[in-house]
Amino acid sequence: MRLLNTLTTRGRLAVAALAVSLVLSGCGEPPIKSRAVYMLMDISGTYTEQLDKAEKIMNYLLATLNTGDSLALARIDSASFNEEDIIVQATFDARPSAANDQKRAFQKQMHDFIASVNGGSAYTDVTGGVMQAVDYLNETEAGEKYLLVFSDLAEDLPEGHIRDFPIDVAGIQVVALNVTKLNRDNIDPRDYQTRLDAWQARVVDGGGEWRVLNDLERMDRLIAMN
Amino acid sequence: MFEQLLMIWSDSAAISAAIWLVLLVTVLYLGRQQAHQLFATLGQAIFNAMRLAAFSVRGLEQRLVQRNRDVLIAQGRIQAEKTIEREFNRVSTLVERDLGAYPKLHRKIADAIEKIETDYQASTQNAPLPPAWSEVVETIAALPTNGDPAMNKILNNIKDAIEESHQQTLKAYQKTTLERHRHLSTMQPQWRTLQSSMDNVKKTLDGLEERTRTIDGQMQRYEAIRKGEDPAINALTSSSITQFLIAGLVLVIATLGGLINFQLIALPMSEMVGATSTIGAMRTSDIAALVIILVEIAMGLFLLESLRITHLFPVIHSMDDRLRRRMIIITLTILSVLATIEASLAYMRDLLALDRSALQQSLAGVAVVEAQFRWIPSIGQMVMGFILPFALAFVAIPLESFIHSLRTVLGLLMVGVLRTLRVTLRLVGSLSRYACQIVTHLYDLIVMVPLGVERLIKARRADHRPEDDWDDAPAMLESKRIRNQSTADV
Repeated sequence: MRLLNTLTTRGRLAVAALAVSLVLSGCGEPPIKSRAVYMLMDISGTYTEQLDKAEKIMNYLLATLNTGDSLALARIDSASFNEEDIIVQATFDARPSAANDQKRAFQKQMHDFIASVNGGSAYTDVTGGVMQAVDYLNETEAGEKYLLVFSDLAEDLPEGHIRDFPIDVAGIQVVALNVTKLNRDNIDPRDYQTRLDAWQARVVDGGGEWRVLNDLERMDRLIAMN
Repeated sequence: MFEQLLMIWSDSAAISAAIWLVLLVTVLYLGRQQAHQLFATLGQAIFNAMRLAAFSVRGLEQRLVQRNRDVLIAQGRIQAEKTIEREFNRVSTLVERDLGAYPKLHRKIADAIEKIETDYQASTQNAPLPPAWSEVVETIAALPTNGDPAMNKILNNIKDAIEESHQQTLKAYQKTTLERHRHLSTMQPQWRTLQSSMDNVKKTLDGLEERTRTIDGQMQRYEAIRKGEDPAINALTSSSITQFLIAGLVLVIATLGGLINFQLIALPMSEMVGATSTIGAMRTSDIAALVIILVEIAMGLFLLESLRITHLFPVIHSMDDRLRRRMIIITLTILSVLATIEASLAYMRDLLALDRSALQQSLAGVAVVEAQFRWIPSIGQMVMGFILPFALAFVAIPLESFIHSLRTVLGLLMVGVLRTLRVTLRLVGSLSRYACQIVTHLYDLIVMVPLGVERLIKARRADHRPEDDWDDAPAMLESKRIRNQSTADV
């Protein structure tokens, strides 16, 4: 009879354990990761005409990112490895209301900058911008790091600048956005593919992941949704 | 390796395999008796072990069945006692409320009857009936006057006197009749009062009769439970399973309510504790919201326990009334405060949603539109935030039923599991024994050639030496033993 009473007691304990396990059922799920997104915006030459698209992407990111996530917007100009090229950056506050205010301020600064751009930079230092972005992304210590490169990826460096070395993009997902074709790509389309392949090789060799997203209607594929 | 071993006798695989087969059959033939013994012993050992295990499981199952029966009887007895007690309380209330005023009612009825009797007596005093004046008047009017004026005058005077007397008598009669009617009309309300009083008495007695019948039924049920009669136990089992299902359903509904409640307060909670910190894989804000809901449920449990609606905590149940009343006030206060907090959080959630929506419209480049009647969902969320904690507090009632019925249901499940285990053990035991017998026959099938030769040799020997028949006796005895064993198993 004692055994049976023990069984009854165990039954009660099982009910209690079940309740606790229901409460703590979230423990089996993967931990919530913060995200950091750094967008490089090419402002060289005729690419300035594409900046409204960049603004749309940034607006999408502002709407998608949550509290605790980081977002930065930087330009690619003649020498991009420079903090001054970061136009606006923010790590959103833990409180949703404060984060919304930050997003509004971010949007305003970004809009003011894009409106003020007239005439592109003389050169295009993509690698310098990427290195600056890697520094920023690694400093955020976010769980997921994204580097969005809004550019045609054609690098044009001023004389004396050295950029032909491997870059460390370990743990960073690099997404090339709106990679437009140049006039010379039309003459020999292989140039376009060669440019993309070269960048993919640099990113993969540097430990990162490479993607190309030219269809901006598919922005839901841009970053992982929490 | 295997191939090398196979080809050890010859380069031809067939020849080598044949040699191996002959060797194998020979070895098997030589070890036939020992192998048979081994198989028989193994089969019997497994069979006995399984039977022993099944016997133990059966003992445990019987104890569990008895325990389930005891639990059901105890629960049913307590329930029946409560029901009977409640019925007696109702009878007591009925008697106190209705029959407590019976002396007064009796006096009222007696007064009414007395009044009716007085009125009746008064109405029975008949006035003298008017004499047959008409005949007298007609007789006098018919008397011959003979033209004598004096006679005429006398007769007219007599006629007038008689008619006047007739009128007076008639008036007196009419007055008396009127008086009787008046007495009779005053009796009417008394009759009505009497009728009403009697109806009340009838209603009370009918109620009492009904309660008595209910108590009789409950007493019979109680008696059946106390004696442990099978129909009563079956009814209790069925009732317990029904309770389990109903309580489970209500708990599922309550869980859904809890989820809605969680959704209401999780977002605004992130405004208070931040949305980025986590404990394990969960946000701290989610855990905080969950804790608030669980505290509300706990307060609800304590409140209903203090009100003696549920009986989950003997400590609270056995508190003295003063302490219990204090506990009611405290738990109700905490519950109200939490409900108010939830209402304010729900409102904050609405504001945050509105802000987020405005931001998204702004990011999409759409002009921010002020929605009409926006206050309706705001008020709705606040009301939900206030009501849901109190609704969740009542989860204690189905929870108690669930826990109580769970004992029975778990017991039944355990009995089912043990029964299945017992049958499986018996099945495994029997199958093992038959499997060993099948293996024995397969063994003989493999060595059937030497066995056939042996049988032929024995048959030839028997033809030559009939007196040596007894040589086959051990084999026959073995065969008979196996046959008998098979029959016993079946």
